[in-house]
Amino acid sequence: MSTATTNAPQKRSFTAAASVYVNERTSIAGFVKELGRKAFPDHWSFLLGEVALFAFVVVLISGTFLTFFFQASMAEVHYNGSYVPLKGVEMSVAMASTLDISFDIRGGLFVRQMHHWAALLFVAAIGLHMLRIFFTGAFRKPRELNWVIGFVLFILAMAEGFTGYSLPDDLLSGNGLAIINGMIKGFPLVGTWMSFLLFGGEFPGTDIVGRLYTLHILLLPALVVAFVALHLVFVVVHKHTQYAGPGKTPGNAVGPPILPVYAAKAGGFFFIVFGVLALIASLFTINPIWNYGPYDPSPVSAGTQPDWYIGFADGALRLIPPGWEFVWLDRTWSFNILVPIIAIGVFIVLALMYPFIEAWVKGDKREHHIADRPRNAPTRTAIGAAGVTFYAGLWAAASSDLLATHFSLTMEGVIHALQAVVILGPFVAYFITKRVCIALQKKDREIVLHGFESGRIVKLPGGEFIEVHEPLDEYERWRLVSFETYEPLMLRPNSRGKITFGQRLRAGMSRWFFEDRIAPVTKGELEAGHGEHH
Amino acid sequence: MIPKRRRSMSENRKSPMNRQKRRTGRRHPLATVALLALGLVFTGGAYAAFSTGTAQAESSANSQQTIDEGKKLFQANCATCHGLEAQGTTEGPSLIGVGAAAVDFQVGTGRMPMQMQGPQAQQKPVQFTDEQVKQLAYYVASLGPGPDIPADHLTNGGGDAANGAELFRINCAMCHNVAGAGGALTEGKFAPPLTDVSGVHIYEAMVTGPQNMPVFNDMNISPEDKRDIITYLKYVQDNRSPGGFELGSIGPVAEGLFIWIFGLGSLVAITVWITAKSN
Ligand code: HEC
Ligand code: HEC
Repeated sequence: MSTATTNAPQKRSFTAAASVYVNERTSIAGFVKELGRKAFPDHWSFLLGEVALFAFVVVLISGTFLTFFFQASMAEVHYNGSYVPLKGVEMSVAMASTLDISFDIRGGLFVRQMHHWAALLFVAAIGLHMLRIFFTGAFRKPRELNWVIGFVLFILAMAEGFTGYSLPDDLLSGNGLAIINGMIKGFPLVGTWMSFLLFGGEFPGTDIVGRLYTLHILLLPALVVAFVALHLVFVVVHKHTQYAGPGKTPGNAVGPPILPVYAAKAGGFFFIVFGVLALIASLFTINPIWNYGPYDPSPVSAGTQPDWYIGFADGALRLIPPGWEFVWLDRTWSFNILVPIIAIGVFIVLALMYPFIEAWVKGDKREHHIADRPRNAPTRTAIGAAGVTFYAGLWAAASSDLLATHFSLTMEGVIHALQAVVILGPFVAYFITKRVCIALQKKDREIVLHGFESGRIVKLPGGEFIEVHEPLDEYERWRLVSFETYEPLMLRPNSRGKITFGQRLRAGMSRWFFEDRIAPVTKGELEAGHGEHH
Repeated sequence: MIPKRRRSMSENRKSPMNRQKRRTGRRHPLATVALLALGLVFTGGAYAAFSTGTAQAESSANSQQTIDEGKKLFQANCATCHGLEAQGTTEGPSLIGVGAAAVDFQVGTGRMPMQMQGPQAQQKPVQFTDEQVKQLAYYVASLGPGPDIPADHLTNGGGDAANGAELFRINCAMCHNVAGAGGALTEGKFAPPLTDVSGVHIYEAMVTGPQNMPVFNDMNISPEDKRDIITYLKYVQDNRSPGGFELGSIGPVAEGLFIWIFGLGSLVAITVWITAKSN
């Protein structure tokens, strides 16, 4: 302290001196000031991405600990640690070292469980965050690329999860790899070659754990970190979206500035996420590899499932009816594998490209910074609901056996019901959601025009009873009337006087999107409405 | 549940010491032989002394009486389906030659008398006293030779858990799940959880193959291996997971549901709380 005062002519606090020191060497002040003044609109759903980010930080920290003790080798050893029912059993070094982490390294089991729980939370939070973005239309221009980046992160997160799940080389992870091996081999012509390339010979071989480890701790995390950084840069550049409200225009972002309040809250929130994960990890078992034992290609346990985020793929495989595999031209064509892969591939590509598809259908090139209320974009919301139903059906199918035992149903019944959910469910969900959205919009219109029911019944001098409707306040009304609607695009011949197929398609899609729509209340209607209300 | 848990945790903590002792004993080849011999002599001798001394004497004295009692019980409770002489009817199979073990298992776990036709006989509260179960069992055993109720040294869980775990994973886990949490079979049938079955019933299930379960006779799995399997299942029953609550030991599905509902659910609640207007 005394040295600080002698160095500086005027008396400065240590923090001040330190910041000056840093700033004189990095000129970081401008950046901090700029970032610190950024506003972050307050809505709980805007924090879902942070849950994902913080869960990822926990995954990184706990994973680093695990790398100190995990050995990614498939050499055979006889287990000699402290878990009795595996003593003397032959297993790979990978499995033995994971058991050591669980039983013989202080705090190891806790960190292992925290790593796995945090990974599950990471992907779940990404999923929920994506749903928020989708249903509020926050992927529209200029944020389309950030949607794509986010989607890539989702896929990378799944890949991280799957490679991690396979590392301990226990029965469960081995079964997972066996399924992947089967899927790869299901590709016509190249399948077997690809499998041999991946596993370094006949499955399971002795290479796969080492290879997955490289992916799991080096390549994939580097990609995730890079994409997260890019994702956040874009969030700052684009400003955050916000819900409609007085004073909130497309050009601004209203909310408390990042520094100091928001940053403090976010910092605190990290510790909350950390704390919740620590609590879960210390109370609840996850992936008890000691039950599963070492991988051996012959046994398969009942209730063998992937982690939840791979469930949809497993479910797709389970839903394919038997007998979709036949021999033609001396080769086996495994449509039981190709069909689910193609269906899932198409689903993923459509979801990934959705921002571009919607913009094209609307012919909309404007920027959008105000988040839609889901009811005000009925077709999009209905498409989303259909997608969620499709995904959820596949997801549920991964637990068909457990649904059967826990609800005393037959396996066959569950499978048939879920086949119906996956194929017909999306249409039903689409229809119901669209109707519900439109009904809600009509109700909003009613409320704006005639006020809300106050529950107060008044008797008029003439003996007539009426219920008094209270008008909305200005703020509330603003929230209800400020949204955009679109009309179906008109088919117009282009400069050469022709109507191309693309235009027809687009007009058709546009009609599908916007033929049923409820326009927001206009100023004129509002004034007319005020006149007539009781 | 909590006191039980505590107890098993402390056992856990103690067990490394026991193991240490056992391991050092095992290292000496002669010690193993001596121990084995001693064990065999002791258990065999004790068993013989016990059975000749008391049980055998009693049951031989009562044996005809036991069988007669069993027959009465049988005709009152089981004959509608299995026939007056256990010869079988359209409602139920013949029990001639199924042995005492099958009856002890079916009646002792509350599966028989069967209540309603379904994909699989459901377990209900046991309807007979232990003595009555034995009477039924010896009556059916008297009709034709079949597997007997196993001896105590095979079912008390004193074998090698590691060997048992391996055998269990290979022979049983595809139906019963690696942790014995149970699993689904086709057409509404299921393999039940093995979380609170007694050693005797586990043994009997293996030798009689109830309903949709295959029979594991002594050629498939020797009596000692059966004892090891029981030892493993007892270990799983008595030692709760070192990682905390097991969520039913049914694997990733339970974990996924848990993280969505409780993990993400609680964090969403917290985000709502954080962004609530502070005024
Ligand atoms: C409602 C009819 C019904 C009654 C009452 C009934 N059983 Fe059964 N029992 C069955 C049927 C059906 C099976 C065959 C179950 C199967 O294999 O799916 C069976 C199977 C058995 C078996 C297994 C046979 C084997 O091959 O292992 C035994 C042992 C048995 N019963 C004993 C009894 C005894 C003892 C009683 C009386 C306490 C009894 N049952 C009462 C219908 C009945
Ligand atoms: C083909 C699947 C299958 C296999 C393999 C199998 N079981 Fe079973 N097990 C069943 C079914 C089905 C039942 C239920 C029978 C009933 O309800 O009568 C059962 C019942 C049992 C029971 C009685 C549970 C209770 O609650 O009363 C025990 C114990 C048991 N099995 C142990 C084993 C052991 C040990 C093995 C391996 C050596 C094994 N099973 C292998 C299907 C299987």
